[in-house]
Amino acid sequence: MTGEMVRADNVHKSFGSLEVLKGIDLVVKPGEVCCVLGPSGSGKSTFLRCINHLEKINAGRIFVDGELVGYRERGGKLHEMGEKDVAKQRRSIGMVFQRFNLFPHMTVLDNVMEAPCRVKRESKAEVRDRAVGLLERVGLGSKVGNYPGQLSGGQQQRVAIARALAMRPKLMLFDEPTSALDPELVGEVLDTMKDLAADGMTMVVVTHEIGFAREVGDNLIFMDGGVVVEQGPPRDVITNPQHERTRAFLSKVL
Amino acid sequence: MSDDTTTERARPEAIKAVPVRHPGRWIALAVIAVLAAMFLHLLLTNDRFRWSFIFLEYQEGKRGVMFTEPVLEGLRGTIMLTISSMAIGIALGIVIAIMRLSPNKILSSVAFLYTWFFRAVPRLVLALLFGNLNILWERIGFGLPFGTQIGKLFGLDNFDGQFYSIKASDLIAGFVAGMLALALSEAAYMAEIVRAGIQSIDTGQAEAAVALGMSRGQVLRRIVLPQAMRVIVPPTGNEIIAMVKDTSLVAYVPVTFELWFQLTQVSARTFVVLPVIVAALIWYLILCTVLMIAQYFVERHFSKGYGATAKAKQRLRDIQVEQGGRITGEVP
Repeated sequence: MTGEMVRADNVHKSFGSLEVLKGIDLVVKPGEVCCVLGPSGSGKSTFLRCINHLEKINAGRIFVDGELVGYRERGGKLHEMGEKDVAKQRRSIGMVFQRFNLFPHMTVLDNVMEAPCRVKRESKAEVRDRAVGLLERVGLGSKVGNYPGQLSGGQQQRVAIARALAMRPKLMLFDEPTSALDPELVGEVLDTMKDLAADGMTMVVVTHEIGFAREVGDNLIFMDGGVVVEQGPPRDVITNPQHERTRAFLSKVL
Repeated sequence: MSDDTTTERARPEAIKAVPVRHPGRWIALAVIAVLAAMFLHLLLTNDRFRWSFIFLEYQEGKRGVMFTEPVLEGLRGTIMLTISSMAIGIALGIVIAIMRLSPNKILSSVAFLYTWFFRAVPRLVLALLFGNLNILWERIGFGLPFGTQIGKLFGLDNFDGQFYSIKASDLIAGFVAGMLALALSEAAYMAEIVRAGIQSIDTGQAEAAVALGMSRGQVLRRIVLPQAMRVIVPPTGNEIIAMVKDTSLVAYVPVTFELWFQLTQVSARTFVVLPVIVAALIWYLILCTVLMIAQYFVERHFSKGYGATAKAKQRLRDIQVEQGGRITGEVP
């Protein structure tokens, strides 16, 4: 442990000529919940996707648990990592997507078991026990044999969380996990995430749920236009925003 | 739920209305009935069909032409040609589709050229080309590429750099030539079908799999292809059915181990034409019907967990549970 689960140093990312991240700095300590807020197009999802190298950054460095993401530094030179090594890094970083992205051709249980069995090659019986345990923990013990298409959005997202946890990640990334849900289903997913935070999981959460950020977050980051505009303890940032853009954004969502 | 409102108000009586008349349907029915009767009459009374020639006895002491030994042998050949050329076609098609979608520009342009060529050449021409390909070489074998030229470079006159070779006319002729022509042409069509299937899958699927640490191969095998199958299977069924029929083209290679070739041989011997064609028609009908039934079951298998029916069934079950099992409608 380096005392820093995630460290981003001056991260830049462009899509073609459009620069979406213009120098992001961030530190997330182990066990911390970091919530990322910001208007759409502010680059917060892109930044999250850079942390597990779903997007390649153009400049800067990202470290997860002290390890440089996607590259290796040798003799002062950066070497791109091969597909296998990137995959290895991703094993310990769980990700939950806005649109769940469960595998629709597999049952709920198989969705959760797939990666531990295929990627880590753990024994099936052991994985099955763990998977059932995780599904019970997210309140879906009775749905193991169902297909994702038969579940509500909230249930699907909870399966997606269980699927990510099955790999025993040290860091969980949430990309607007409740944005695609009907309002009455948001609560169940947030409750699952609160449990997770209470268990000491390190989490980076891109969200629009101010209430969740205030209650669960240890640190809040407000992004706009590809830069971190303001950050600090959620209560302070939300109740007493220092920056004009933060104030304008919060006045619209609160 | 407030049940009082439903008990207070009486249910109005069910609507009984005079249905809209459809005179057009009756006219159509009459016309079709007359045409069908004419067709049946033709089949049953026109003795030039020579049904007994087809089904019972085409020569003294022999079975009907559909069931004679050479024709049955040809039928086996047709089935084997279909299976082998489709197997090669599907396997090669998947490879070419993956090449086509590869980030490697060279691989994807090779795949593009392949599909361009084989889709642009008629199968009959291709079959004839393969049937005559052995004119190009005396022998075909494994060895150094440009072996003879390299030999000359070093002053060796009889060096060919071949480790193993066989006569070209033994390797590429008849059945193998026909099969290769059909398989290579099929691979081009299958490649397009597989590519469409892979591209139809939401990119979020691959992303979620990659985020779990799966390799590109695993993502393809475990996540993308199984889902793409739902899109790939129906057109592939069509391709197999088309292949059954296209095997008749290789009769002109010539491939003798083939249904249409054997039947035309009967025609040539007996000077009976139409009944032989009808016999062929019936065999192709039977083969394709079996395949269409198989296709139905395969499609059903690959659509599990998907589609309006699965969703509708689940929704109805949920509603039934919510309402204490009051709804008893049939699910389509």
